[in-house]
Amino acid sequence: MTDLQAGAAAGYRAARTLPIRAEWRRQWSRARTRWALGLMVALPLIILIAFQFDNGGDDDNGGGEFGSLIDLATSGGLNFTLFCLYVSATFLLVVAVALFCGDTVASEAQWGSLRYLLAVPVPRARLVAVKLVVALGYSGLALLTLAGTALAVGTARYGWEPLRSTVANEIAPGAGLVRLLAILGYLAVVLLVVAGLAFLLSVSTDAPLGAVGGAVLLWILSSILDQISALGAVRNLLPTHYSTAWLGLLSTPTQFDDVVKGAISAVVYATLFWSLAFWRFTRKDVTS
Amino acid sequence: MLVLAGAVTWAVWPDDPDYRTQDARIIVRSGPGGDEPVDLDTRLFLPDGASATDKVPAVLLAHGFGGTKESTYADAEDLAGIGYAVLTWTARGFGRSGGQIHLDDPDYEVRDAQRLVDWLAARPEIRTDAPGDPRVGVVGSSYGGGLALLLAGQDPRIDAAVPMATWNDLAGAFLPESTGQGPVEGVFKKTWAGLFFGNGAGSGLGALGELPTGVAAAGVTAGADPSCGRFAADVCAAYQRIATTGRADQAAVDLLRRSSPAAVLDKIKAPTLLVQGTADTLFPLSEADANARGIAANGTPVRVAWFTGGHDGGDGPQSDRDRVKFLMAQWLDHYVKGTGDTPATSFTWSRITGFNALDRGVVTSGYSDPAYPGLAGTSSEAVTVSGPAQPVANPPSGNPAAISSLPGTGGGLSSFVNGIVTDLPGQHARFTSEPLDRPFDIVGAPTVRIRAASPTGEAVLFVKLYDVDPKGVATLSSGLVAPVRLTGLPADIGQAQPVQVTLPAIVHRVEAGHTLRIAVATADQAFATPNQPAVYTVAVPDDATAVTLPTVTGEPIASPQVIWRYVLVGLLAAIAIGLAVVVLVVRRRRSRHDTSVHPEYADVPLRVDGLRKEYGDFVAVDRVDFEVKRGQVVGLLGPNGAGKTTTLRVLMGLTNPTAGQIHVFGHQLVPGSPVLSRIGALVEGPGFLPHLSGLANLKAYWAATGRPEAEAELDRALEIAGLGASVHRRVKTYSHGMRQRLAIAQAMLGLPDLLVLDEPTDGLDPPQIAEMRRVLKRYATDGRAVLVSSHLLAEVEQTCTHVVVVNKGAIVASGPVDDIVGESPTVQIEVSDATAAAGVLGQLAGVRSVSVEGDSRQLVVDTNGTARSEVVAELVRAGIGVERVVPRRRLEDAFLALVGESSSGSGDR
Repeated sequence: MTDLQAGAAAGYRAARTLPIRAEWRRQWSRARTRWALGLMVALPLIILIAFQFDNGGDDDNGGGEFGSLIDLATSGGLNFTLFCLYVSATFLLVVAVALFCGDTVASEAQWGSLRYLLAVPVPRARLVAVKLVVALGYSGLALLTLAGTALAVGTARYGWEPLRSTVANEIAPGAGLVRLLAILGYLAVVLLVVAGLAFLLSVSTDAPLGAVGGAVLLWILSSILDQISALGAVRNLLPTHYSTAWLGLLSTPTQFDDVVKGAISAVVYATLFWSLAFWRFTRKDVTS
Repeated sequence: MLVLAGAVTWAVWPDDPDYRTQDARIIVRSGPGGDEPVDLDTRLFLPDGASATDKVPAVLLAHGFGGTKESTYADAEDLAGIGYAVLTWTARGFGRSGGQIHLDDPDYEVRDAQRLVDWLAARPEIRTDAPGDPRVGVVGSSYGGGLALLLAGQDPRIDAAVPMATWNDLAGAFLPESTGQGPVEGVFKKTWAGLFFGNGAGSGLGALGELPTGVAAAGVTAGADPSCGRFAADVCAAYQRIATTGRADQAAVDLLRRSSPAAVLDKIKAPTLLVQGTADTLFPLSEADANARGIAANGTPVRVAWFTGGHDGGDGPQSDRDRVKFLMAQWLDHYVKGTGDTPATSFTWSRITGFNALDRGVVTSGYSDPAYPGLAGTSSEAVTVSGPAQPVANPPSGNPAAISSLPGTGGGLSSFVNGIVTDLPGQHARFTSEPLDRPFDIVGAPTVRIRAASPTGEAVLFVKLYDVDPKGVATLSSGLVAPVRLTGLPADIGQAQPVQVTLPAIVHRVEAGHTLRIAVATADQAFATPNQPAVYTVAVPDDATAVTLPTVTGEPIASPQVIWRYVLVGLLAAIAIGLAVVVLVVRRRRSRHDTSVHPEYADVPLRVDGLRKEYGDFVAVDRVDFEVKRGQVVGLLGPNGAGKTTTLRVLMGLTNPTAGQIHVFGHQLVPGSPVLSRIGALVEGPGFLPHLSGLANLKAYWAATGRPEAEAELDRALEIAGLGASVHRRVKTYSHGMRQRLAIAQAMLGLPDLLVLDEPTDGLDPPQIAEMRRVLKRYATDGRAVLVSSHLLAEVEQTCTHVVVVNKGAIVASGPVDDIVGESPTVQIEVSDATAAAGVLGQLAGVRSVSVEGDSRQLVVDTNGTARSEVVAELVRAGIGVERVVPRRRLEDAFLALVGESSSGSGDR
C-alpha cells in the first residue's frame, strides 16, 4: 500500500474529512431540519388535542378490517402510536424522508458550497456516503421522534394498555411494544425507497426543491398506479405496493410474507438508486 | 437491475395460449332406455401437439349448478396447460344444452357423461386403454363434483376423480339431522334449497362452482310448467312437497338418493381426491367425510383435502387455491397421465389465521397429517359447559329467527364477520365454559349432549358452538349449525333423556382466555321450523356437560412464500458482498494509483501541461501549459470565456480534463487528490451556507476538512476578510463584496501553499482592491504561491509577478510581468490622416503600420528598430499632423490583439 496521503497538507487525512459529526451539525443548523423534527413532535400532540373534541359521532372510516385502527386509537398509548403512524406513513413521513435525503447534496450545490467541499478535498465517495448516512440518520430520528412522542403522550393520556385491533386478539403491552418496534422497522425499510430516489435526484440536480418534490411526486404516482387493479401483477413491482404490509404485523400469527416481499422490493430499489447516485456523483463534472 | 428487468418482462409477457379449442354440439342418447337424444353444448381443449401420433390423456370437467361450459374456462385452460385434453360441456337443462334438470340422475346426467366418454374414446388425439376406453379423469365442483363421483361409480372407464365441494347424500345435505336420524326426520335447509330451485342460485365458488345466473329459469321453454322451469317433473314435484311442509317423504328422499354418490361409493374404483370447503353450509365437511369412508372401504386410494372456502367462502385465498391445484395436478398426473410418484394419501387442511393487510382477503396456514383421521380427529379434548335449564320459545312460522349464515351471498367472509350472526333473546339457551387455560385447535366435528322438554313432545332445535372472546364477542365458525329434531320429549325437563348432538365439523382455533358457548336456538333463518309457537325447555345433563373437541396435531405446510425470506437474506448478503467487493476494488485501484513525485516539479506549486477540456463538440480549453513557482503571484489573464474558469475547475478537481496533466508539488492532480489540501481556492464566486454567520461558515468549512482547529489560522483569515462585527451576521445579509472577502478568507484558511483565486477583486471597492493586492503580494512570500485569474489587465499588472494570457482556450503570452509589460517595438500614433500616414510609413524599411479600425486617426506602428523620433520626423516631413505618440507595452499588444480579433471571447466557460 502506498501512501494515500501523498503530498497532502499537514493534518489532512482523506478519511477524516467531512466527519459525520460536522455534517450532522451542518444539517442541524438548518431551520428546515428543526422544523421537520418539530412537526414530528407536534403531530401527535395535535392529534391528541383533536381527539379531545371527539363528539362520539359515528364516522365511517372505511379501510376494511384495518379501518378499526382509527376507532381504537384512543384505547391506549400503543394504539395511539399506531394511529399516528397509520396517518403519517403514507405522506408525512415520505415528505420528511424526501426532505432530508433530497435536500442534502442539492442545497450545497445551490449555495455553491459543494465545490469548496470537493476542493478541501472531501473524496466524492466519502462526501456522498457521509451525506447519505446523516440524511438517513435524520430520517430515522424523525420516525423515532414521531413514534416516541406519540407513545409518550398517548400513554400519558390513554394509559399503558394492550394493543388492540379487530384482526387479532389483544396483544399484551410488552409484546405490543415489540410489534410496534417491528412496524417501525418495516416502515423505515419501506421509506428507504424514498430515501434512495430523493438522494439520486439530489446528486443529479442543484435544485433542492426539485429533488424533494420529484421524489414525493414519483412516490405518489406509484401509489396511484398501485390503485389500478387492471395493471395486475405489474403492480407488485411498484415501490409502493407493499407499503402498507406492516398492517400484517398486527395480526396473530404475524404475517411476514408481504413484509418480507416489501423489504425485498425496498432494498432492491434503494440499492439501485444509491448505486446510481454513487456512480453518477463520483463521475460527474460539478458545474454548480 | 437484471432482476427487475426480468420481473417486468415476465409480468408483461403476453400469455401465449398453448392449447386450441373446438366447440361442438354433441347429441347423446341417454335416459332409462338409453334412447332419448339430448343436445349438449361442448368445448374440447386440445393441448398443442396433441395428435393421432402423440395422444394425450383427457379430463372431463363438469360445471356447478346454474353454470355452463363457460364457467369452467379458467380451470380448463390450466388443465390443458399441463397437457390434458379437456372436455367441458353444459349439463342438460342449462345454457344452450337441451333436456331437463334431473339433478345428476344416473339415467340422465351421468349417462350423458358416459356418452361423452364414448365420444372422447373415438377422438384420434385421445389416449386409450382399450378400444372405447379412453384414459380419462373427471373433475368437477359442487353439482359437477356430484357428477364426478356418480360417473366414477357408474363407469369403470374413469381413471381418476377429483370431486370438490360436493355431496354424499343429497337428501341428507338438504335435510340434515344431527342426532343421527335420517332425512325423513331432517330439518329442511330451505334457503339453500330455494336458491337452487329458484333463479337466484349463486355461490362464491366462481369458475369452479356455480355462477350466479338465471339460466335455470331463463331457459323455460314455451308451454312448460312455469313453476318448474327446466327441472324435470319428478324433481320439481319432490321439491314442492318438501318446501311446502318442511318435511321430506320417503319418495322424495328416494328420488334425491338416486342423485347421491352414497349409493355408488362401493363401485368406485377410480382413485379419488376429495376436496371440501370449511366455509360451506350447503355441503359441509361431513359430506366429504362420508364419501371418503365409503370409497376407502373398497380399497380405492382416497385423499382428502380441506380448504377455507366452499359455497359460503368461495375459492379461498391464493395459498389454498395453489394447494388444491397442486394436489389435483399431482393426482391426475399419476392416475391419468401416468407420470409422477404415487401421491400420498395424507390429509391436508388449512385454517384462517388473519386478514391480509394488502388485498383484505384472509390469510391461511396449511397443515398436513399422514392419514385422514375422519371427523373425530386424532385425539379429543373435553371442555365442560354448564348452565341451568332454560325455557326457549319457538316463534310462530319461524319468524323472527336467528341468523347463522347468509346462503348464496357468496360474500366469502359473510359468516366470519362479527355482527351478522345473531341469536335472539328468549329463543335460545346458553351453556358456557370457564375461560380456557390453553388454546384448542379444533379439527373435526365436536359433540355435546343436551336434554330438552317440549309440551308437544317434539322440538326442532339448532345447536351451535361459539368461541367467545374475553370481551364477549362470539364467533360461530363458518356459520355452521347443527339442526336436530327431537321427538318423544317429556313436558318436564327433569324427565328428559340426554341426546348426543354431533356439531358440524370445523377447523377453528380457540385461543386461551376465550370461553366456549353452546347455544341451543329454536329458529334459524336458513331452515324450516315448526309453525306452531311453543315453549321448550333446554338443559345439559347434570347442568354441566363435556363438549368433546376433536383435534389433529398436523405438521404445518411450509408456505411457498417462505422462499422469499431466503431471497431477502440472500439479497442482503449479495449487497454486503457487492459492497465489500466495490470497496476492495476501489482501494486496490487507489493503491495502484501513481503517487510518485515528479522529480522536476517536486518544488513547483503548480505545473500545467497540455491541459485540454472538451464538452462534447465544444472545446473549452484547447491547450494550456504554464507553471506557478514559489514566491510568484501569477495572473491568468484573458477575456470572459477565454477558458480561465474551466482551467481553474480542472485544477480544483471539479471537472475531469479531456487531456493533459497537472502537477502540484510534483504530485499528479486528479479529482480528490490529497494534494488538493495544499491549495486554497475561490472559484466562480463564494459558496456559503446562507443561514449561518460568516464566522460559523468558516468554522463549518474547516470542520469539513477534518484538520486540527489550530491549523486553521482563523484569526489571520478574519483579519484579511476585515468584516469586523459583521462576521457574526448571517451570510444572507452580506453584500457581494463582503461575501467575496469572506470567500478569500476561507481560501486562506490553513495558509495553503498555493492560493487560487478566480476574479478576487470582483465586487470590491477601490480601497479594498488596493488592500487585497497588498495581501496577495505578501502571501506569496515565505515560499507560497498565488494564482489569480482576471479579465482586467490593470489588475494583473499591479498585483502579479508573472502573467499568463489566454484566449480561446490557448495561451497567447506568458512570462514575468516586467518583461511583458516592458516597452515593445510598437507605438500608437494619433495623426491627422491615418491613411496618408500609413502610406508614408510603409516606405520606411521594416516599419509596418496598422490603422485602428473605426478611427481614421489612430495608427499602431511596429517600428522594427527604427527610432520613434525618426518615424515622427518622417510623418511631419510628409505634412501629416502628429497629435500624440504613445509607446506601447507587450502585454497590451497581446491583449489588444485578443480584443481586436474577438471582442466577445470564445464563449462562456
